[in-house]
Amino acid sequence: MEIVQVLKKRKQNVLKLWLDKQAHDAALNGNPFDEGEINDYVEKLVDTFVDSIENSNIDDIKSADFDAVIELLREVSFKRARQGFSPRETGLFIFSLKESILEVLSDDLKKSKEAIPFIITLSRLMDSLATVTFETFIEGREDVINRQTDEISEISTPVIKVWDGILALPIIGTLDSSRTQTVLENLLQEIVETGSSVAILDISGVPTVDSLVAQHLLKAVSATRLMGAECIISGIRPEIAQTIVYLGIDLSQIVTKSTLASALQHAFRILNLAVRNNDTTKTIKK
Amino acid sequence: MTTLQKSGTMIPITITKETVLVVKEQDVVPLRNTVKQCAVKIKMGLVNQTKLITAASELVRNMLRYAKGGAVLVETVSVGRNQGVKLTFQDDGPGIADINQAMQDGFSTGNSLGLGLPGTKRLVNEFDIKSTVGSGTTVTIIKWVNG
Ligand SMILES: Nc1ncnc2c1ncn2[C@@H]1O[C@H](COP(=O)(O)OP(=O)(O)OP(=O)(O)O)[C@@H](O)[C@H]1O
Ligand SMILES: [Mg+2]
Repeated sequence: MEIVQVLKKRKQNVLKLWLDKQAHDAALNGNPFDEGEINDYVEKLVDTFVDSIENSNIDDIKSADFDAVIELLREVSFKRARQGFSPRETGLFIFSLKESILEVLSDDLKKSKEAIPFIITLSRLMDSLATVTFETFIEGREDVINRQTDEISEISTPVIKVWDGILALPIIGTLDSSRTQTVLENLLQEIVETGSSVAILDISGVPTVDSLVAQHLLKAVSATRLMGAECIISGIRPEIAQTIVYLGIDLSQIVTKSTLASALQHAFRILNLAVRNNDTTKTIKK
Repeated sequence: MTTLQKSGTMIPITITKETVLVVKEQDVVPLRNTVKQCAVKIKMGLVNQTKLITAASELVRNMLRYAKGGAVLVETVSVGRNQGVKLTFQDDGPGIADINQAMQDGFSTGNSLGLGLPGTKRLVNEFDIKSTVGSGTTVTIIKWVNG
């Protein structure tokens, strides 16, 4: 098609129009148009795309000629996903390139007999490129989610030294197998490092205690005991207690307390410590 | 075994329904949340809610562990004035050869506590299990708001 050659000649016009459209879209979406960052990509993309497109490959997105374009597009889309752009904005980015090309060529297309086949083939090609954009965009978002998941499991398993010889471990969220592993490793390591003899596992923040979670808890308790420390489970809410009984889980070998405070009291007793009220010099007992 | 039809003489009417696919461990929490939302919507008390969610958790874990996942139909149902949540867990797994054995406390082929199925039955009001070796297992439970 001759029109492909015309497109090559009008590359600069396409570039200019596309940049204008983006500034316009950015304004519409209430975002500042970050020229420096995106201009580089826009120029490279127009360059590579217009240079790669030929009569022979315009109907074949799988052609190796487009590898460079796809690579660039993936890079921009991934970056945009990570920067928190919306899918709409990311989609408009590539759709407005198609518009720019068609608008720049509109006069030539009016005169040309091959206008309709050209528009159809070009659209198909650009739609494939848009699909690549979306796929990569999702990958980018998944990448963000994965990092967050890792971060959450790291920050959500703190081991707190509440007293000399007493560790507390508030567990918040679902206690799945991989999480239990992290919790257990942290706990055992802290027991060794601090020479603690009592560990309190507080499960107030665990929404569901099913047989799997119970099993994980039982494992944590026996591992702690093997290290020569005592393990108390606290934060068992009334509804959880009832559920555990119906489920048939036997926690009778474990010291369980309803609150962290009563677990701490129990720990003090194990360590032969007493908390005294200075006013009355009376020992507070419960 | 308690069957669903035993709930008086009436068959429950479905009010809302929704299907949730479960294929990986990460799907467990969203399913539990869907079940919870249903229970809250029909004003189920906290204890019954917790029992229902725990039961759902057991069955969905079995599905993942023994059948590589499946589908869960989450329904709110009513019989007369009583409302409840009905859950149907369906998988295309290996099935269970001896259901009576599987329903016993402590029986497990997975080196586990063996409390999932019998415990679930104790946690809910109605429990039904059907299984064909080689073609899959379907477990249906109902937890009533009052009951
Ligand atoms: N969906 C299923 N498909 C195939 N087999 C199943 C299925 N659900 C349960 N089973 C079989 O029934 C047995 C008993 O299940 P149950 O949930 O009571 O115990 P468990 O899963 O082994 O242990 P727990 O649930 O206490 O961790 C399982 O060990 C397994 O052999
Ligand atoms: Mg089980």
